[in-house]
Amino acid sequence: MNQVRVLVGTKKGGFILSSDEKRAKWNVSGPHFGGWSIYHMKGSPVDPNRIYVSQTSDWFGQIIQRSDDGGHSWHQPGTPAGEPTTTPDGMPKGESNNFMYDTSPETGKPLTTHQWYDGTQHPWEFKRVWHLEPSLHDPDTVYAGAEDAAIFKTTDGGKSWKELAGLRGHESGSQWCPGAGGMCLHSILLDPQNAQRMYIAISAAGAFRTDDGGQTWKPINRGLKSKYIPNPEAEVGHCVHNIAMHPSRPDVLFMQKHWDIMRSDDAGEMWHKISGNLPTDFGFPIVVHAHEPETIYVVPIKSDSEHYPPDGKLRVYRSRKGTGEWEALSNGLPQENCYVNILRDAMAVDTCDECGIYFGTTGGQVYASADSGDHWQPIVRDLPSVLSVEVQTIR
Amino acid sequence: MIRIVLPYHLRTLAQVQGEVHLEMEGKVTIAAVLDALEQQYPMLRGTIRHHQSKKRRAFLRFFACEEDYSQQPPETILPEKISSGQEPFLIVGALAGG
Repeated sequence: MNQVRVLVGTKKGGFILSSDEKRAKWNVSGPHFGGWSIYHMKGSPVDPNRIYVSQTSDWFGQIIQRSDDGGHSWHQPGTPAGEPTTTPDGMPKGESNNFMYDTSPETGKPLTTHQWYDGTQHPWEFKRVWHLEPSLHDPDTVYAGAEDAAIFKTTDGGKSWKELAGLRGHESGSQWCPGAGGMCLHSILLDPQNAQRMYIAISAAGAFRTDDGGQTWKPINRGLKSKYIPNPEAEVGHCVHNIAMHPSRPDVLFMQKHWDIMRSDDAGEMWHKISGNLPTDFGFPIVVHAHEPETIYVVPIKSDSEHYPPDGKLRVYRSRKGTGEWEALSNGLPQENCYVNILRDAMAVDTCDECGIYFGTTGGQVYASADSGDHWQPIVRDLPSVLSVEVQTIR
Repeated sequence: MIRIVLPYHLRTLAQVQGEVHLEMEGKVTIAAVLDALEQQYPMLRGTIRHHQSKKRRAFLRFFACEEDYSQQPPETILPEKISSGQEPFLIVGALAGG
């Protein structure tokens, strides 16, 4: 029987929720790294026991943790205690939390500033890792999405990281600006059919695609309209909150933007709006059903000023056609006095025969549906504010 | 022997309880103490000072013998009571909020 492992990052630690395929009884492990903000936890598709964690603090900076045994034990990849931190010839060894922007001449474009909130230029400053995306093929290779926006890559299991500087070096970089949560690279999608192709999204720059393994990047924002920027149809500057795809159709992308739900059928070359009959098209996460590539889920939030569900009712919305026809899913969810938010990385699906949907709230609840969203139950109710939810289906 | 008191979260990160003790040779400066600390506990690299610039992280402060050394240059020599182990070098998380 399949096992399901839900990896929950919160403002005060990480938690692992485990169950069998029935998803009725859950074991809760944690808090791991208590007191630290766990922005993201994600397992390797190649080796489910390999889990990477982004552990951050405004006081102490960025830490990368790794488990090789499914979350029972953890370590920081890199130099073991007591060993020299430099090689015999004086070169620094890998450091798992050393995320240095690449300003080497080889990149040719060592951009140093982006747009600040007041429109002035501001230097790039590393704050934290928002998202870790393990490779589909190699457990030692992981991509990291950072604030201020950049993508890093490790090929040694997290011991050392190197920026893929072509993204930050894109000619539009000086026009990127931070969203309310900072200038974060929060979404990384790997094309399972083309190892050279990746998609990323940045608040507030937009979505980008590489077709050469991360050397060069192209903005893919045609069709997006953002009335809060001077040119609503600009090439960059859009506050994309999350992007998603189904692995069987990597050219079909879905997007939750600051406002608007969008769809692209040509790898991001053009987007069109599918907000349809949603009560509001503001929100953060968007996910695709594991077995139905046209079925997508969002959680509408009242507005960008209020950040809670409309009418105090927590409702997931499902579109079975990936278009503008949405149905509310509320069975088991609070339908009065609910004023939580669901953040962009806090929703995920499993790949059990009956697809499970999961999301975490800023109120500390993690809800699960074992029947594609028709019925929901809380796995836990009182965790710290949930930052991220990922799911591993272990066969 | 140099005695160092770390804030709670760095103690858990370094997997130590209580004070950290370091053996050092040469001048006992702020930078030398931090170098020795990071040598023995590499998981702390980047958590007290930035990797490249070696600047103290903004929300951490350094104290020795009831004096604030947070703004002192890294090459500042610490008091004899620190180098002799009579007093600990304190790395303190700055209070914010609450």
